[in-house]
Amino acid sequence: MRRVSAQSLIWALAILLPVAALVSMTVGTVSISLADALSAVAGNSVNQQTDTILFDIRLPRILLAIFVGAVLASTGAVMQGLFRNPLADPSLIGVSSGASVGASLMIVTAGGFIQSGALVGLSLVAVGAFVGGFAATLLVYRLATSGIGTSVTTMLLAGIAIGALAGALNSLLSYFSDNDMLRQISLWQMGNLSGASWLKVSIMGAVAIFLMLLFPRESKALNALLLGESEARHLGIDVQRVKRRLIVLTALGVGVSVALAGLVGFVGLIMPHIVRLAIGPDHRWLVPGSALAGATLLVIADSLARIVVIPAELPTGILTALLGAPFFVALLLQQRKDV
Amino acid sequence: MTMFADNISLHLSGFDLLRNISLEVKAGAVTAIVGPNGAGKSSLLKVLTGEIAATRGDVYLNQRHLSHWPLLDRAQMLAVLPQHTLLNFPFTADEVVGLGRIPHQTGVTKDNEIVAQALDLVDASYLQKRFYTQMSGGEKQRVQLARVLAQIWQPSDQGEQFLVLDEPTSAFDLSHQQLTLDIVRQLAERGVGVLMVVHDLNLAARCADNLVVFDGGVIAAQGKPKDILSEQLIDKVFGVKSIISQHPVTKRPLVIT
Repeated sequence: MRRVSAQSLIWALAILLPVAALVSMTVGTVSISLADALSAVAGNSVNQQTDTILFDIRLPRILLAIFVGAVLASTGAVMQGLFRNPLADPSLIGVSSGASVGASLMIVTAGGFIQSGALVGLSLVAVGAFVGGFAATLLVYRLATSGIGTSVTTMLLAGIAIGALAGALNSLLSYFSDNDMLRQISLWQMGNLSGASWLKVSIMGAVAIFLMLLFPRESKALNALLLGESEARHLGIDVQRVKRRLIVLTALGVGVSVALAGLVGFVGLIMPHIVRLAIGPDHRWLVPGSALAGATLLVIADSLARIVVIPAELPTGILTALLGAPFFVALLLQQRKDV
Repeated sequence: MTMFADNISLHLSGFDLLRNISLEVKAGAVTAIVGPNGAGKSSLLKVLTGEIAATRGDVYLNQRHLSHWPLLDRAQMLAVLPQHTLLNFPFTADEVVGLGRIPHQTGVTKDNEIVAQALDLVDASYLQKRFYTQMSGGEKQRVQLARVLAQIWQPSDQGEQFLVLDEPTSAFDLSHQQLTLDIVRQLAERGVGVLMVVHDLNLAARCADNLVVFDGGVIAAQGKPKDILSEQLIDKVFGVKSIISQHPVTKRPLVIT
């Protein structure tokens, strides 16, 4: 497949993302004209109702989509580099499966709270997911680390084992839950951005900016790691330190995303892959490119989630897979034709 | 200045892989290691390059204990080409060679210049924009060779430089084998110490200043090729009957089996 220059892809995405975000402001159960949305963003109030919809509902939701998409796709790119496997996924290190158990546990045990006070319940689920995700990653990392360093192969296997265990715990919790909890658990697992609030946006934004500032420092090390760990060491890279840093940053990023938006699948696996097909595996461009592409995909997917079944809404995670999978298959077919 | 293994032994999962090896790799000379499969050649390279710690004994690089060198300083002096490099990502050849410039801060322009020259040296300029994943075995090996050459392209102010090659010619046709030997000789003339494992005794005899014959984790013989290569030694180490003659042109020993 012929490559696109990295700069031009990043520029194109940097223009596409704000356009997608702006269009996304206009769509939903109540549609708002582009002119109204533009003037509201520019600071001229249109009317009370429109302002509420734009600034209390849609804008936080769009920003959350941007930050979650950017974090999932960039951590995906980083994990694929670290594991030297283009099919790796941020969930490989156990963070998603752990988060899922944590969230289910909260839904089942604290169900009463959730019904009495939505705000308290929601944040309890988020805390449960974050703690579960971080604990699972820590466990996987510990299992794979010995005196001579961390083995990524062992990590992969430990991640699968912890994933299976988490799956069993999840099934167990589902078995003991009533219909209402069951629905909540399965909705959570589909991933949803509808609960966006300015608090969530601030937390997610801080995490996303933190990752975007730290990942570029490791991009050369990630490039060297694609050759192999001992080759990277011979190029002067402190491999163990790079691994530890990237795993902690990924666990933080994915842990917070999953806590705030549930399991939005597909973005972390496929977006880096698509961007790599387009611009090549150099992490100096791949990581920011993936972040922009992931953010754009999630904004588009979330806009569609709001309009396909008006007046109801679909969980965003369903749309990301529905949109991304055919695109990915088309790319694979294209690549097969070129070879 | 040297790379020096001082009486090293390596004991791994119940096996004595190396026993009391002392070896000096001099800057400005080519040291070649030969020996049968499983003799411990690769283990020795791993200990010498710091990938495995020796059970007993020490390794020194330019008079300083290998493990005491900061990683980045070490990478500016010591480049290592492993037997196989599994790279499954579609980097282009110049991107792969560019990875060899990671330990240096010479700037993009200079790095690109060095990358182009290194590719040219290994006869791989035509591969520059091709994908590594779509190359033949010999082309991949040449690109990897260019990568380690780019890593020690300019002298380092840290100390003498060394290049360690594990079977660099295994996938090469005759002309590229010859080219590799020429490159290795040129590097030695520039003052780089080269240590390489080779399987072809004649190749080793032709380019080595110091030939090390390895057998069962110990050094069976070492010295100038013409001083140590003998029919008895080859029979003892490889179990093969041979005749040692002289190459009519290079006057180096020629092993006929």
